Amino acid sequence: MSAITRDEVAHLARLSRLALTDDELDHYATQLDAIIEAVAKVAEVAAEDVPPSSHALPLTNVFRADEVRQSLTPEQALSGAPAVEDDRFRVPRILGEEA
Amino acid sequence: MSDLIRKTAAELGALIAAGEVSAAEVAEAHLDRMAEVEPKVQAFLHVDRETTLEQARAVDARLRAGEKLGPLAGVPVAHKDIFATRDMPTTAASKILEGWRPPYDATVTARLREAGLVILGKTNLDEFAMGSSTENSAYHVTHNPWDLSKVPGGSSGGSSAAVAAYEAPLSTGTDTGGSIRQPASVTGIVGMKPTYGGSSRYGLIAFASSLDTPGPFARNVLDAALLHEAFSGHDPMDSTSIDRPVPSVVEAARNPDIAGMRVGVVKEFAGEGYQAGVLARYHEAVQLLESLGAKVVEVSCPSFTTALPAYYLIAPSECSSNLARFDAMRYGLRVGDDGTRSAEEVMALTRAAGFGDEVKRRIMLGTYALSSGYYDAYYGQAQKVRTVISREFEAAYQQVDVLVSPTTPTTAFGIGERADDPIAMYLADLCTIPSNLAGNAAMSVPCGLADEDNLPVGLQIMAPVLADDRCYRVGAAVEKALESRWGGPLLKEAPSL
Repeated sequence: MSAITRDEVAHLARLSRLALTDDELDHYATQLDAIIEAVAKVAEVAAEDVPPSSHALPLTNVFRADEVRQSLTPEQALSGAPAVEDDRFRVPRILGEEA
Repeated sequence: MSDLIRKTAAELGALIAAGEVSAAEVAEAHLDRMAEVEPKVQAFLHVDRETTLEQARAVDARLRAGEKLGPLAGVPVAHKDIFATRDMPTTAASKILEGWRPPYDATVTARLREAGLVILGKTNLDEFAMGSSTENSAYHVTHNPWDLSKVPGGSSGGSSAAVAAYEAPLSTGTDTGGSIRQPASVTGIVGMKPTYGGSSRYGLIAFASSLDTPGPFARNVLDAALLHEAFSGHDPMDSTSIDRPVPSVVEAARNPDIAGMRVGVVKEFAGEGYQAGVLARYHEAVQLLESLGAKVVEVSCPSFTTALPAYYLIAPSECSSNLARFDAMRYGLRVGDDGTRSAEEVMALTRAAGFGDEVKRRIMLGTYALSSGYYDAYYGQAQKVRTVISREFEAAYQQVDVLVSPTTPTTAFGIGERADDPIAMYLADLCTIPSNLAGNAAMSVPCGLADEDNLPVGLQIMAPVLADDRCYRVGAAVEKALESRWGGPLLKEAPSL
């Protein structure tokens, strides 16, 4: 039985905001199936009573003084933008036509 | 060929400090070498002769003005194209960032500049540092200077190839699962992954934030230590940066005395799947450590073999989150914005056009591992395995000061050989991944050529968190003994380009 179906890959592509073609979906379905089968070996380690680690080293929150410091100018912040209008990032519409 | 390119970084720094040669002359010699061999090696994505020479002349002016700079002032460095540089494009070898010029410098970049290093250009890598061969670059393949039909390792393969081809005495890399140590191993040079948090991630384009670690490449252990000290240390801009002094790695590299040191041989990293010539050089290196006075014992870390599958859940999970920032809105590529499409459609079209195959694969794998219903079995279990691996390291370090293994199971493989087989590609990182999961320090140092293909083999030396100096001490001891046996560095065996 395969670990992941083509429909599931199509769903993952939607969640990942990747507009994939049908051929790509077939290609990734086969590869992801093999990879998921390989990584499922993590289940072989008995670790029920072990706490998970999100990081190797203990994390502590870091604070800094709330002081005004030099930061990017609007020109610098916009320097890599695909489209700019009135010192702002110009983006495609984010709401439906009827909104 | 100018003999300046054959000198070590330490020698170049001393010559420049003494005024015997200028930083501009040294930069020029390396730029000439690049012009000569780049058509064959293709280590760089971006080179700008004038910007480099300007930097070098500025360092010469600072030195003439009596400014006190570090031991690498005026020495050239090749910089992995994953670090932000405000005066050079920064692409992470991805089409989604083609031509992007960041408005700021990464901390590593800024520290190179402060120390007076001269940036020769930006080196090639697997797209977003995802890969083990540099074949996943969206721009071109980089060739291994030992055999141009072989890969230079990855993801920092441009940086390893540049140093091995004498295009630069030093280079920077990042190591998430072995991306410094494995390319160093297969190109016959030294590569070091510092303790996680020992070097800053600020301005480093993120792949897997709990694992990414900047580190140095060099042709010898002392040069690697000098570069390590130049850019490492606490950075308030990186909240996971360790606020403790950098271990004195230069001192350790200068004092290769390992008498009485306890060395653990990792039992699980040998045997089936390892190339015979790799194991032969590795076993000789272990005997050498014993002859130098180290106490060698075998250590078992049974879960290390599960580090690879755990990593291929943890790293893609983090990448699926980190790469969500490439949304076609604020910087980088935008595709399909014809006035009719929504932001979400433009985003999906842009990401499909801008990301390569491996990046898409990892984003979807990570999205899968993090999705409800699969989280506990995949990402959650992988995080528990991470804890088990850290505990096995801790237990091992109760008995020994350092652990050793081969750096990678085989020598450099052929270009195209594993390109269509992601799982075979992932095996290149088998021995390097545990140190990333545990945040430990680890180095690869050359230990000879495999008999069957005459290609370099690396010895991996692993040490506990913030014991980076132990890697340098053991690495320097191995290097000194082997160089006296070989009558010079391993790289003198490399064919001329």
